[in-house]
Amino acid sequence: MVMFKAAFVREWRLLARQKADWLNPLMFFVIVLTLFPLGIGAKPNLLAEIAPGIIWIAALLSVLLGAERLFKEDFRQGTLEQLVAADEPLFAYVLAKITSSWCSTALPLLFISPLIALLLGLNAAAWQAIVLSLLLGTPLLNLLAALGAALTLSADKGGILLALLILPLYIPLLIFASAAVDNATLGLDYSAQLAVLAAMLCLAAALVPLAVLKALRLNVG
Amino acid sequence: MFKWLDPYAKPETLYRICGLWFPWLMTLAVLTLLLGTVWGLGFTPADYQQGDSYRIIHIHVPAAIWSMGAYSSMAIAAFIALVWQIKVAQWAVGAIAPIGAVYTLIALLTGMAWGKPMWGTWWVWDARLTSELILLFLYLGVIALSGAFADRQMGAKASALLAVVGVVNLPIIHFSVEWWNTLHQGATITKFAKPSIDPSMLWPLLLSILGFALLLAALTCLRLRTAILLNEQHRPWVRALAQQSDQKGNVPQTNAGRTV
Repeated sequence: MVMFKAAFVREWRLLARQKADWLNPLMFFVIVLTLFPLGIGAKPNLLAEIAPGIIWIAALLSVLLGAERLFKEDFRQGTLEQLVAADEPLFAYVLAKITSSWCSTALPLLFISPLIALLLGLNAAAWQAIVLSLLLGTPLLNLLAALGAALTLSADKGGILLALLILPLYIPLLIFASAAVDNATLGLDYSAQLAVLAAMLCLAAALVPLAVLKALRLNVG
Repeated sequence: MFKWLDPYAKPETLYRICGLWFPWLMTLAVLTLLLGTVWGLGFTPADYQQGDSYRIIHIHVPAAIWSMGAYSSMAIAAFIALVWQIKVAQWAVGAIAPIGAVYTLIALLTGMAWGKPMWGTWWVWDARLTSELILLFLYLGVIALSGAFADRQMGAKASALLAVVGVVNLPIIHFSVEWWNTLHQGATITKFAKPSIDPSMLWPLLLSILGFALLLAALTCLRLRTAILLNEQHRPWVRALAQQSDQKGNVPQTNAGRTV
């Protein structure tokens, strides 16, 4: 717990000083979203229809964008090596990393989601579904991104490889999250999709940190 | 309980065993594949609905079945490698992955070739097709990761971990894709419902399935032998082997000896 708190506070300090780390993915998210109307034409009906998919694809790309840096700096400086060698539980460090990366990349998306809903012509019900699905879905994005980052930590071409490894694993999330928003735009019940998202989150939260731990030990040890 | 398995985990022993098995497996694979495909493509009656084009089933179905079979065996090997830290199991992951990827590709391509005359289109976003495509991506991820490190051992370990993660995800992906499909569109194109297949078609199909399995086993043996030699190249037993084949002046049974 002490370890978790220390690592978490450290991450927040770093984020406060390096604002680009959380601002850039956010800007990326907004820019990708504006590209779609420009690319396919600004037809309000069409936009509202494909909005759920677009929002989720933009969200997972922006999380992926920040993923590579997650352990990179600590690995290069040797902090990670010291942590692996130390008695302090590495598990707490991994959890703190994932939590703070969620706070820095996914939480801002939640705050600007009303704006996004307006831009794409979604109604209030759809916005609510976006918020709920982002709340349940983005931690999963961060967990899997952390796994990818840990696996490719000492690889030669980490960045693009990370995307190749992790994107297929995002497919179930993309399906259920966009289905939830889709149902909301049609005025249907979407609690089933949210329940599946929550189930996937529980499973991932239980197993992924262990795999991240294993991957970090592999890369450092 | 599994103590009797321990000696087989020794690279040298496994190299010999694979060398012993390979010719038998390969011969049997070639025989069954020849028999199955010639029988299936040339001598079974044509389908009453699909005519002759259904015959691609003798390649498509075995490849599809063993693309998944190869992934499960790869994941089992990866699990063994991670839990019991057995090196040869790590190398087995790298040995199986490309074979499985090629099987998946064969299944996809023959499926497309079959889909064109039957469904009128090369590709449908059908649940089965989509999950097979994702399976290919998972294979490519494992292969890409194993080659991404300067240290070969590191790559083998990381890709073993990824294979295990992938196998946990596979059922989730499969079911979500199935559900996605039923959510988004009804059955616009009804799949060829197999009316309990006629024995005259079933036997060659079973032979081909067996043939693809034997081929998978044979190629795995061959690739595993190469991997063992490559990873153990500084060990005395590999050096002795290389010297032996040099003295004989002939190329060893596999080209693997040359990499030493």
